[in-house]
Amino acid sequence: MEIRYEIFLLILGAGIVTLIPRILPLVVLSRFQLPDWARRFLNHIPVAIMMALLAQEIFVPTFHSSKFFAALPAFAVAILTRSLLGTVVVGILAMMVIRHLL
Amino acid sequence: MKQKITEAHLDEEGFVQGVKDCLPTVLGYLSIGFAAGVIEKTAGLSIAEIALVSLLLYAGSAQFILAGMLLTHSSISAIIFTIFFVNLRHLLMSAALAPYFRHLPPWKNMLIGSQLTDETFGVAIHHTANKTMLNERWMLGLNITAYLNWAIANVAGGFFGQWITNPESFGLDFALPAMFIGLLVLQIIHRKNWMVDLIVALSAIGLVVGSSYLFSGSGAILIATILSATIGVIIEKWK
Repeated sequence: MEIRYEIFLLILGAGIVTLIPRILPLVVLSRFQLPDWARRFLNHIPVAIMMALLAQEIFVPTFHSSKFFAALPAFAVAILTRSLLGTVVVGILAMMVIRHLL
Repeated sequence: MKQKITEAHLDEEGFVQGVKDCLPTVLGYLSIGFAAGVIEKTAGLSIAEIALVSLLLYAGSAQFILAGMLLTHSSISAIIFTIFFVNLRHLLMSAALAPYFRHLPPWKNMLIGSQLTDETFGVAIHHTANKTMLNERWMLGLNITAYLNWAIANVAGGFFGQWITNPESFGLDFALPAMFIGLLVLQIIHRKNWMVDLIVALSAIGLVVGSSYLFSGSGAILIATILSATIGVIIEKWK
């Protein structure tokens, strides 16, 4: 039951880089407006980064077939139920089944 | 007199109403927080570290990334970098709420912003209908309820996770990719901008695979994210 120094630094660093985009617009934008181009660019960031991170998990450095086949039911559940928790649970279960079959 | 009326009106939706308006989201995030706690525990974090990360970082996707990348032995700088990019989406939510808190001093806006999450944003932006400003006590009630719920769920998950010794055989290493799938699909469905979003997503796949021949893991992510978001902007302008 302890807090290691490097884990503390990791949590602190992650906390700071998360805090800044959370508070900056609320504090600053009562005086300024975000320029339109910046707003449109930021609008595409979530889809772009989620897909990039997911693709890296599955296709880099080589094609991971187990992750690819676990991703299929997770996608289906996400589209059909729109439940984040359901997607995570089905993804984990699919991975467990695939790993025990292979 | 006018001042009094405004205050009386705001009192009706004070702290307690904020707590009540948070309740519909409590069960869903209790479960996700619990799952995050289990993953954090199996990634090697102690209960104290889980409590700390849920209180200081307080972001589901970021905590899944932190735990998932610790599990695969990524460097600390790569983890922080990835979390920064994933959480840039808060910029937009914070900007969208800013007009409703113009009446507050900067330190109160900082406090409100520091507890901004996908769920509290969703509740708050829904609550702004037909309003020009939001009551900060209502917002505080909403935020504190979500915050405590999250911390409790994480620690409970951490205790449960102690019983799991080999996370891979339970498929738990797939929790992070599954989380990305969930967030990605929910975003695309919610935005109703299918064509552009699909092109951005396909570009991101091609760009991250292509650039990973030339750059490190996080470098490839950075390039793929910036270029595919730019492609999205260009396509929208072009249509």
